[in-house]
Amino acid sequence: MSERFAARAAAVAAVAAKYADEVDSNARPPLEAVQALKEQRLLSVSVPTRHGGEGASMLELSQIATTIGAADANAGMVFAMHHSQALILWRHGTKAGVRRTMRQVLEEEWLLGSATTERGIGGDARRSNCAFTYPSPGRVKVVKDAPVISYAEAADAILVTGRMNAEAPASDQRMLICPKGDYQLRKTGTWQALGLRGTASDSFILSAETSEDMLLDDDYGTISAHTALPTAHLLWSSVWLGIASAAVDQARSTVRRQARSSVGFPPPGQIRLAELMIDLQSFADSVRHQAEHFDRISDDPDALGSISFAMAMNAIKVTSANAVVDLVMKALRIVGIAGYRTDTPQSLSRQIRDALGAPIQINNDRLLTNNSPLSLMAKVDL
Amino acid sequence: MSDNTYGDRLAIREALQQFGRLNQAVSDLSDEADLFAAGFTSHATVNVMLAIEDALGIEFPDELLNRSTFVSIDALAHAVGMSRGER
Repeated sequence: MSERFAARAAAVAAVAAKYADEVDSNARPPLEAVQALKEQRLLSVSVPTRHGGEGASMLELSQIATTIGAADANAGMVFAMHHSQALILWRHGTKAGVRRTMRQVLEEEWLLGSATTERGIGGDARRSNCAFTYPSPGRVKVVKDAPVISYAEAADAILVTGRMNAEAPASDQRMLICPKGDYQLRKTGTWQALGLRGTASDSFILSAETSEDMLLDDDYGTISAHTALPTAHLLWSSVWLGIASAAVDQARSTVRRQARSSVGFPPPGQIRLAELMIDLQSFADSVRHQAEHFDRISDDPDALGSISFAMAMNAIKVTSANAVVDLVMKALRIVGIAGYRTDTPQSLSRQIRDALGAPIQINNDRLLTNNSPLSLMAKVDL
Repeated sequence: MSDNTYGDRLAIREALQQFGRLNQAVSDLSDEADLFAAGFTSHATVNVMLAIEDALGIEFPDELLNRSTFVSIDALAHAVGMSRGER
């Protein structure tokens, strides 16, 4: 890991690890880890240097996400989701209200959430039912029935998608920053899931009215293709890599303990461990490689809009989601009954349950469906 | 130096004798002698590490698992101390 943020990421990971089981069993947000992220100034870390920030690259964000994700996937996911929203501000916004929000992220370590999916659109974030309306000059309003807004009640602002106006088709979307104080949330459902229980991905009806200069410049199709989708897929993958590495660490320490009791006679799990560590290495290589891919083209609209890039960003999500499930299950076989139990220090209960969400949240099959026509039009970028 | 150091060095010498596959008797080596010059290999370090961990009930942290930890009996004794959280 690059040294620039290693110590700060480790400090957050230490806090996240301490509360991880409590966050999981109570299905509540990792508030202590969020506080640590703020104290370590890791919520503003992606602010470009030209705006006075530290300009963390996607590779660096990926490494931080993995470190935190290995300690607590919930805290890792908050970090990941926040930065995929924060990057939208610098990359797609110039209006006064957006710039004000940028300063609030930079100076006050604001935590950004998002409300993209909506009831009645079948899980497709690139379509909206709700529309922005303009009640008076300079003001914009929206009401959204959102099945999921992660850590909504801990966020300082929520980025909301909606149709550009009441006449616009479902796919003609814009994105609005709703700062705290300018919206109300009415909870319509609570997040009780098998894993990632601490993301607090509750359901809400969000009603917001704010100033029109809180709208991002670009249409959401562009924001999604150039920033929201690739950065989300890369950073989620980085968190999953963290989950996998935590499970592999547990497997490694199990085999080492077994090897110690019969030195010179390697335990049967040792060859499985060797195999597992190769899998982890190639998982890490693909995530970091695609993070660097994003860094290389992040200011090139043609490359960001290309079919091969869209396919690559879906591919990394699908690959990583499958890999994390595969790796934690293989780690479980090595760790054995102590990993299967929920009351042991070697328990893999959280890692297994957290990993199982990966192929489902943004279903792999949806991404494969999106990729299937593209696959006729572009070769894999090797 | 900790009170454990004599026992630590005995356990280290025992582990080297049993698993080090050195080309000379461990009793002929001083605490400072270069073990790799005495035929120690990186493959053999694994079993020596495991045997020391087992004998002393410790676990070397990952950051100590490098060549310099295994270069001499002195270096190993220092690493054992570090693994116990001693300086």
